[in-house]
Amino acid sequence: MSSYAYTLLIPLIPFFVFVCVGMAEDKLKGKLGGLIGTAGLGIATFLSYYTAFKYFVADHVAGTGYTSLKAFELTWLHLTDKLTINLGILIDPISVMMLVVITTVSFMVHIYSLGYMEGERGFARFYAFLSLFSFSMLGLVLATNLFQMYIFWELVGVSSFLLIGYYYEKPSAFSAAKKAFIVTRFADLGFLIGILILSFNTGTFDFKELTNPHGVAIASMGGAAFMGLSVITWALIFIFIGGAGKSAMFPLHIWLPDAMEGPTPVSALIHAATMVVAGVYLVARLFPVYALGGPDALHVVAWVGGFTSLFAAVIATTQTDIKRVLAFSTMSQIGYMMLSLGVSGYGGEEGLGFMASNFHLFTHAMFKALLFLGAGAVIHAVHSNDMNEMGGLRKYLPITHMTFLIACLTIAGIPPFSGFFSKDEILAAAFNSNKILFGIEYFVAGLTAFYMFRLYYNIFWGKDRHYHHTPHEAPLVMTIPLMILAFGSVFSGFLPFHNLVTSDGLGFESHIDWMIAIPSILVGVVGIAIATVMYKKETALPDKVAGTFKYMYKWAFHKFYIDEVYLFVTKKIIFNYISRPVAWFDRHIVDGTMNGIAGLVQFASVSIKGLQSGRVQQYAFVFVTGAIALVLIYVYVL
Amino acid sequence: MIGNISLNSFLVISTLMFFIGIYGFLTRRNLITMLMSIELILNSVNINFVVFNRFLYPNQLQGHFFSLIVIAVAASEAAVAIAIIINIYRNFKSIDVENLDQMKF
Amino acid sequence: MTLSDIMFYLFAGSILTFSVLTVTSRRILRSAVYLLFVLVSTAGLYFMLNYNFLAAVQLTVYAGGIIVLIIFSILLTSHVSEKAVVAPLKQQIFSALAVAAGAVLTLMTIFKFAFTPTASPAIESNVQNVGRALVSYGRDGYALPFEVISILLLAAMVGAIVLAKKEKHLDPTEPTSNN
Repeated sequence: MSSYAYTLLIPLIPFFVFVCVGMAEDKLKGKLGGLIGTAGLGIATFLSYYTAFKYFVADHVAGTGYTSLKAFELTWLHLTDKLTINLGILIDPISVMMLVVITTVSFMVHIYSLGYMEGERGFARFYAFLSLFSFSMLGLVLATNLFQMYIFWELVGVSSFLLIGYYYEKPSAFSAAKKAFIVTRFADLGFLIGILILSFNTGTFDFKELTNPHGVAIASMGGAAFMGLSVITWALIFIFIGGAGKSAMFPLHIWLPDAMEGPTPVSALIHAATMVVAGVYLVARLFPVYALGGPDALHVVAWVGGFTSLFAAVIATTQTDIKRVLAFSTMSQIGYMMLSLGVSGYGGEEGLGFMASNFHLFTHAMFKALLFLGAGAVIHAVHSNDMNEMGGLRKYLPITHMTFLIACLTIAGIPPFSGFFSKDEILAAAFNSNKILFGIEYFVAGLTAFYMFRLYYNIFWGKDRHYHHTPHEAPLVMTIPLMILAFGSVFSGFLPFHNLVTSDGLGFESHIDWMIAIPSILVGVVGIAIATVMYKKETALPDKVAGTFKYMYKWAFHKFYIDEVYLFVTKKIIFNYISRPVAWFDRHIVDGTMNGIAGLVQFASVSIKGLQSGRVQQYAFVFVTGAIALVLIYVYVL
Repeated sequence: MIGNISLNSFLVISTLMFFIGIYGFLTRRNLITMLMSIELILNSVNINFVVFNRFLYPNQLQGHFFSLIVIAVAASEAAVAIAIIINIYRNFKSIDVENLDQMKF
Repeated sequence: MTLSDIMFYLFAGSILTFSVLTVTSRRILRSAVYLLFVLVSTAGLYFMLNYNFLAAVQLTVYAGGIIVLIIFSILLTSHVSEKAVVAPLKQQIFSALAVAAGAVLTLMTIFKFAFTPTASPAIESNVQNVGRALVSYGRDGYALPFEVISILLLAAMVGAIVLAKKEKHLDPTEPTSNN
């Protein structure tokens, strides 16, 4: 067990880098801050890969399952003998997998940003924040208990706030950062309530005890009921609200598109591969509790995931800002993962969905980071986010073009790219459990292929636009990460996830069900074909189609007016009917009381100030009479 | 020497002297006469100390020494007070206590 | 009526009379002289009580020192013929009432209280005993209060000098006399 103690360094190195670079920000000339940050994360990445190798290969005894173990633990707050809050490091299949995902993507983003962020003001600050974020995220996935996870969960929220608001001089960036923070913070309230309910009923924060299928924690569940559902189910639903906030599930997704105001590498890191999958990770981490303690909560997870994936995919087909298309695509893919968790059972073949979800999380991190970084390279070249201002870029950006194409094929689920395998597992899991959700996912798979290739053709095909200067390929520090991630996107599908990351730690046999796979490939191909017809050559066809579905198009283009609904609810209803009376109460009753006291004191002091006349003899007179009165009272009265 | 004079007779003298001093302090407007009133008060207190010493605890000398100390304090107090009064006179050309009412609200 | 009775009433009468005169006389210089009489009569009481050293100190320090100081300051701050301003009648009446109430209260308390003297033999308060007690530091020694009062006197002396010293006005328009 102690042989994993070095894993403590994995989160601590980025933290150390954050402190150093953050403190010495204005002393670090040029790229020095970036190089330190990159080097620090490089070490963390190496350690993560070593851990993965050690855990999955070297230390694994063939034929047995993977167990979770604590590499390190200390009691941070000792509240009572029963209630302690610990900090530690938990090593199990999903945390090790997340380590690899986070450090890989983060490392790529670190390298990439050396080129992308070159010459920006606050270059070192950017790297300090990136390190803080990496630290928080690594701490989150390594948490041994719910409370530690909550602490890092909030740290992730803070660092994403800092990163989204990196261009804090831009009002839109700042308000986007605020929005992300407030929305996720609001969701975190649900998480906290869920934690409290859950640990109140089970008596522990610890994951190992909570998720042990034969342990007392799960056995103690059931119990009291509230509004038709057991208390544990409610707790799990509340926890899921927290996860939904971070993972941008409907209806808490509104912050994600706006968060694209941050620098593109940040979008790749936070909003593609790491932070937004925190919700998935949370559900996966508590999966035995969900599966065995509150199956109803799992249904909620499945339907929210399924709905979000459809909803986001529809919006993605209409957006013109390339980063927003990718943002909605991310939402859609995370919806997939949630759905997959939601339809999964516990143990063995039943746990297919769990495995598929983590598998997709892994592959998605690769190709979505690739897409974002590719989009970043495009933006770097043409200085615009709008796909209407792009076209014909394949000649100028050959490497970006190739890697972007690979990513698009991957997300569209074309074999042999990795997306095909993970998506196929999800579809199989959905097929086994719920045919309606399965149908939705089929449709979404087609939509995904369509909007990704719409994006692809709009950027790289069609006519040239008037560019400020001839677009040029990004420098090597930016293209190398692209190539590495493309490599990952292509080959990560061949990893034997069904042996590595399963709900109960034991491997199971998995094979591609061609009855499901072939239609899914076909749907993808059809989506690509439609996109090709509509967007490869610039024709009037897209506008015609948009005209045909005029209202639907308009609704989708405005993201189904969810933002407006929120604004209506907050501004019109909450502000008018709750905040205003409260403000009135504060101003008139609370302040009134205070002002009244102050006024009383002032009145009293004005009326008695004449007593301080400055005349010594008057003072002496008062003193003498007072002394006489006191003597009278003490000697004769009392 | 004291014959059959009682303790109370002395105390009556000192009490009256004390309150006469207070009356002077409260009514005289001249700072120097106020100072003299204070001397009266101190003197009456001295009488008390001495008398208590003599009548109640003749085996000790505490009241006697306390009177000595009070006399010394009175001397230093008078010296400082007169210095202050002279300074005030220099600045205000008057030592009427009614004129010295700047220290207010 | 013994001699000591007569002496006591003489001293008491003079103390009371001159005290009243001190606080009522409208001529300040006369007030000072009346105060001197009060202090001398008090010294007489001390003699009666057989505290000769204390009476001597009372005469030298109080009557000799403080009164002279006061008279000097009176001469510095007012004219000899100047009559003191009297406080308004209202102030006088209220002060008199308060003082009378206080005096009555105190006297009542004094007469109600039964003082109990100790039976121990009296100690001779001659100069030898006083001097020895003043510089010894054992039981019944007063070396520490003696030192404290010395420092107080020193401080008062310095303070009085500093306060009464004329400030040097550095007025550039005034031509300097010696350089």
